[in-house]
Amino acid sequence: MKPLSIIVNGLIRQNPTFVLILGMCPTLGTTSSAITGLSMGLATLFVLICSNAAISALAPLVPDKVRIPAYIIVIASFVTALQMIMQAYTPALYATLGIFIPLIVVNCILLGRAEAFASRNGVIASICDAIGIGLGFTLALALIGTLRELLGAGTVFGFTVYPDTYGSLLFILAPGAFIVLGFLIAIFNRITRKA
Amino acid sequence: MLTYLAIIVTAIFVNNIVFAQFLGICPFIGVSKRIDSALGMGAAVTFVMAVATTVTTLLQDLILDPLGLGYIQTILFILVIAILVQMLEIIIRKISPSLYAALGVFLPLITTNCAVLGVAIIVTQRHYTLLASLTYAIATAIGFTMALLIFAGIRTRLDLVDIPRPMRGVPIALITAGLIAMAFMGFSGITIG
Repeated sequence: MKPLSIIVNGLIRQNPTFVLILGMCPTLGTTSSAITGLSMGLATLFVLICSNAAISALAPLVPDKVRIPAYIIVIASFVTALQMIMQAYTPALYATLGIFIPLIVVNCILLGRAEAFASRNGVIASICDAIGIGLGFTLALALIGTLRELLGAGTVFGFTVYPDTYGSLLFILAPGAFIVLGFLIAIFNRITRKA
Repeated sequence: MLTYLAIIVTAIFVNNIVFAQFLGICPFIGVSKRIDSALGMGAAVTFVMAVATTVTTLLQDLILDPLGLGYIQTILFILVIAILVQMLEIIIRKISPSLYAALGVFLPLITTNCAVLGVAIIVTQRHYTLLASLTYAIATAIGFTMALLIFAGIRTRLDLVDIPRPMRGVPIALITAGLIAMAFMGFSGITIG
């Protein structure tokens, strides 16, 4: 596969949120506004690129029986690096995303890509796959965050679209996360089935 | 005593792990199609969460904090949880084959259940004592099991309903979960202690 087609494949045909339906916890938990959703997506993208690159390079050396624990350690190391970087440079964002940053370790997307793609492909192809899947995840989170922020507070990325007295707080609270994601997956299903 | 009651009520109802904290969504959507498998998953999660939280709290208090190694928490905890789940699987298979038959399929899935790692990290952030951590872990697991059971009951009914084609499966499940989450918001007024 060409690098570009790998990226497009991850972005649309195998979109982790709307098609594969993986990594639901951060998808629901960090999308109360567009900016938090986007940041969570970018954080995951960073770890995914690093872990896919490292795992595809290490895969020939790792014995088959211990590959899953080995992959988890690789992912956990990059997550720890990310935690330290965020604590140093973006402490406010780190506090907002809270527990969901260390929980990137157990995001099924990372282990899933390591097992399904990085362990069988070269470094360059794995990085492309990580970019595609990671961007697909980032865009999905940003989209959900934008919709929730717009419906709930009447703003998009902090810019007022309509007065917040007309917004429905429900969409920023927990139920709104489930409902917005449910309808988005249904819409995605409808569109892709037609095509 | 009142603090423990507050921890229990908060973890089960007010801050339900699924409906308010968004942890453990994957098994919540995946294993909630039938009531008996929901019960099995709930029991397995309760067991692992109680054991894992006890071990990680002890590790945090006795090793990480005194040595100032807090930054390797994520790596250490996920390793401990993965090892514990493997060990529990082997031990249960030897000691009680019937329990293994009931829980066996669910055990490997639990390593990647973010609720287990989540609870282990939350109790260290809140600086709970060992007993409070254990209480919180068990109460959270009960809240998780309850969420699974409520959801499994509704989903068996959903199978009989004529749902628009693009909404079938995950979308309708998520929207149903949203409605339950709305109901759970009613508990948010409760304060104890």
